[in-house]
Amino acid sequence: MKDYLRIQPPLDDTVVSRLKAGDRVLISGTIYTARDSAHQRLIQTIVNNEEMPLSLKGQIIYYVGPCPAKPGQVIGSAGPTTSGRVDVYTPLLLDKGLKGMIGKGNRSQEVVSSIQRNKAVYFAATGGIGALLAKTIKSAQVIAYEDLGPEAIYCLEVEDFPVIVAIDCRGNNLYEEGKRKYKNFMVTCKEEFKCKE
Amino acid sequence: MREVNVAEVAKAVEKLSIEANCCLPEDVLIGLQRAEAEEKSPLGKEILKQIIANAEIAQKEQMPICQDTGMSIVFLEIGQEIHFTGGYLYDAINEGIRKGYSKGFLRKSIVNHPFLRKNTNDNTPAIIHSEIVPGDKLKIVLMPKGAGSENMSRLAMLKPAEGKKGLVDFVRKAVEEAGANPCPPLIIGIGIGGNMEKTTLLAKKALLRPLNQPNRDGEIKALEKEILQTVNASGIGPQGFGGIITALAVHIEYYPTHIASLPVAVNLSCHATRHAECLL
Ligand code: SF4
Repeated sequence: MKDYLRIQPPLDDTVVSRLKAGDRVLISGTIYTARDSAHQRLIQTIVNNEEMPLSLKGQIIYYVGPCPAKPGQVIGSAGPTTSGRVDVYTPLLLDKGLKGMIGKGNRSQEVVSSIQRNKAVYFAATGGIGALLAKTIKSAQVIAYEDLGPEAIYCLEVEDFPVIVAIDCRGNNLYEEGKRKYKNFMVTCKEEFKCKE
Repeated sequence: MREVNVAEVAKAVEKLSIEANCCLPEDVLIGLQRAEAEEKSPLGKEILKQIIANAEIAQKEQMPICQDTGMSIVFLEIGQEIHFTGGYLYDAINEGIRKGYSKGFLRKSIVNHPFLRKNTNDNTPAIIHSEIVPGDKLKIVLMPKGAGSENMSRLAMLKPAEGKKGLVDFVRKAVEEAGANPCPPLIIGIGIGGNMEKTTLLAKKALLRPLNQPNRDGEIKALEKEILQTVNASGIGPQGFGGIITALAVHIEYYPTHIASLPVAVNLSCHATRHAECLL
């Protein structure tokens, strides 16, 4: 396996085009959280031509609804949620300058095309490891939609936040490539005596 | 007759909510360690290592394993000799959830209405399934179930002629359509028989069975193995990045059914299959 790459938002075309599906990446710096409801409001703001609560240019949005922080903690467990639920909103945000997204699970064809068109990147974080991921979050501040509780937009400062490039700017898709590679793997490799089972 | 004050039940549920969310059951942990040893994809192996490390952090620091601390499902086995005092049993259970989710700093993920969608802010109401059993003991099992895997669960009313093959195909399709969304490696609960609601409840209960414990019925045990091999041949792998471990286990529960029916349900559960129980 290739070594971890390190990146820091805001991202530009040069950085994004270096990333390939399957690469392991450590993110440090500022990222923003948003789930379904926050997406809805952002889209409404764009449609109404109102002022956005954050500038999307070159930024990364993390699909997460964290647990409340215990006293002395920055944030509670904070792993990714299923990305597919915001697929309908994503192309417009990418057109407005968003460069990266972190979530879990595959994206729709419209999102993949929009990723290619806008030279963006979709990262997957491992789902269900919220306690481990919370350790890489050094500060968390609500910057918009506080009334949404865990669905508010937070600005997170992260250090070595671990992700995998799931869909790169050329449209390569790790979910499809990985599955193809390992489909019937045990059957095939037993037939070909390739692996010492 | 034995009297049980419902305040005791509330206290037990409060404790179970925190325990279930922070401590991964040992059989699941062992299953993950075995999967890590067997997985052929280097990336898949690394994902499994992360999952195991996460469980250790959660346990040590009493943090939720996953931020989706779920809808709380409570299974009660109520000894028929028990008389509950001090209030209504189901209110006490919801009181326990309310306190546990607040004191444990767990996420509140329940909305009041399917369309109005206002957060109830205390993770209530719980989903409660009770059964009357012989004796004077009360068994409480609490299972927090996240939406990622629940949303990918399926029910089918097959024709009896479709038989085992129909079931295997149905489960394979459900797992393939779910892909990475339910956070594989999965634990797959399957219900067969009964009627519509019975089979879904069997599928959910199947998730509570320890991982190293196949069904006692030889034919069903063989079917569990066949389905496990089938889904693991899909190539989906840990987190859907490709690999040979898509599921850690397949558990089937069955029940007699109607001459004209073959209901089957598959309840997918993620690697964070959590539950805790106690006996009062
Ligand atoms: S599917 Fe399970 S592990 Fe994944 S986010 Fe949901 S509850 Fe957590």
